[in-house]
Amino acid sequence: MEEAERLVKKYFEFVSEKKFMGLKCKKCGAYILPPKSICKKCGSREFEWVEFSGKGSLYTFTVIHVAAKRFLNDAPFVVGVVQLEEGPRITARIVGVDPNKPETIKTGMPLKVTFIESDEKVLLAFEPEK
Amino acid sequence: MMKKVAVIGVGLTKFGKHPKVSSRELFAEAAFKAIEDAGIDLKDVEEAFVGSFLPDVLEHQGHIAPLMLDYIGLTGIPATHTEGACASSGVAVRMGYMAIASGLRDIVLVAGVEKMTDFPTSDVTEALALASDDLFEASEGLTFPGVFALMAKAHMDKYGTTEEQMAAVAVKNHHNALFNPYAQFHKEINIETVLSSRVIAWPLKLFDCSPISDGAAVIILASEDVAKKYTDTPVWIVASAQASDTMALCEREELTTFKAARMAAEQAYKMAGVKPKDIDIAEVHDCFTIAEIIAYEDLGFCEKGEGGKLIEEGETEIGGRIPVNTSGGLKAKGHPVGATGVAQIIEVVHQLRGEAGKRQVDGAEIGLTHNVGGTGATVTVHILRR
Repeated sequence: MEEAERLVKKYFEFVSEKKFMGLKCKKCGAYILPPKSICKKCGSREFEWVEFSGKGSLYTFTVIHVAAKRFLNDAPFVVGVVQLEEGPRITARIVGVDPNKPETIKTGMPLKVTFIESDEKVLLAFEPEK
Repeated sequence: MMKKVAVIGVGLTKFGKHPKVSSRELFAEAAFKAIEDAGIDLKDVEEAFVGSFLPDVLEHQGHIAPLMLDYIGLTGIPATHTEGACASSGVAVRMGYMAIASGLRDIVLVAGVEKMTDFPTSDVTEALALASDDLFEASEGLTFPGVFALMAKAHMDKYGTTEEQMAAVAVKNHHNALFNPYAQFHKEINIETVLSSRVIAWPLKLFDCSPISDGAAVIILASEDVAKKYTDTPVWIVASAQASDTMALCEREELTTFKAARMAAEQAYKMAGVKPKDIDIAEVHDCFTIAEIIAYEDLGFCEKGEGGKLIEEGETEIGGRIPVNTSGGLKAKGHPVGATGVAQIIEVVHQLRGEAGKRQVDGAEIGLTHNVGGTGATVTVHILRR
């Protein structure tokens, strides 16, 4: 019996290698992140992995002051929803901005992908594009 | 043909801190009050649904429905635990509703319970974050207040909603709670209290957030024939609706609204044959102040984007056009997460029976409850009338 490809597992393997990869629907061409087992646009379950440009803009954000246990040492830090150039949005750390001056962080600002290490893992992050 | 469903008994513990009191004891207090209020015998209960979110994580206790029922001497009947994050007992109400509406049962006990205050805040923060997509959002450091902060910022950007308008929700709900003996807080606050409180997840501050609470809430539901035997003042559940949405916020089309809330509300209004303007009182899910503002819009109490203005103009105060959270809401009544959905029904029942004391809304006939689970991936809406 053929096993389905483990898409979520694969995505995080890419992240751990500091590669920002996503799915592209083979049927309708839609870009998909976070990975899903089905294309919500056309219902296809045939995908290919493509490298995303890593470019996007800040859709909304918050500054976490009271963090969960595993991130206590990181606080305060910025988490944002990033509108990616390819269409999907993704939630990620926003670095290279001042968490103590949220008024200086602007939604719509251009961002590019980077990776940080926290909680003994590689985390997806974005920073302002100069 | 579906049968009519009535609430014939209600029971509530005080919400707040109950040090070293386990959830089974909170449940028992509320359950015996509800059974007494209904005037039924314990053995008349045919089935039970118990909503609770975190008993396994916090109290290290699984399989809680039979455990709760056993503690009040009620083994044998089907006992089912429902989990829908902060809508865990809103979901239980709908299960109980369906059991009776279908004709399968005549008397059902529906409960909500949560024990949260004996544990360190960082543990509770971590536990509540289970209600967000762990792999894609919580693992990036997003907390539960953070989820609503992302929505608050989006609402501020799109509609010009202000931190002062959000603060006004907390001020109103603290005021209402002064007149609710079951509420966790009996303390008036002002806009400045909220604005000067410490930041939890910018732009949300401590007083924008509902507290960590213990509590239990129980209702007894009955079919029409049985209800008439036990009470002259049944309150009818005329709509019970539920909808779902993506867990992750990044996958939502919009971050200024809860699609599942709009879907559940639309179903509920259709089922009850009423419109938003017909609603006399509403208990909405103000886990964070922004959530109440979004609820006004999702439930059709005002136009999209006008929620901030609605609170500012006092329309949702007792005496206003549509009083919201007369109980004090999650913000000031307290938010033992799994108990909230049933507790909202109980406040509406108190109001429709005219038993709400100094917070009574005169002539209230139709009430609505809106219970949001987690990031809004589950929402239940119920409409009740006397």
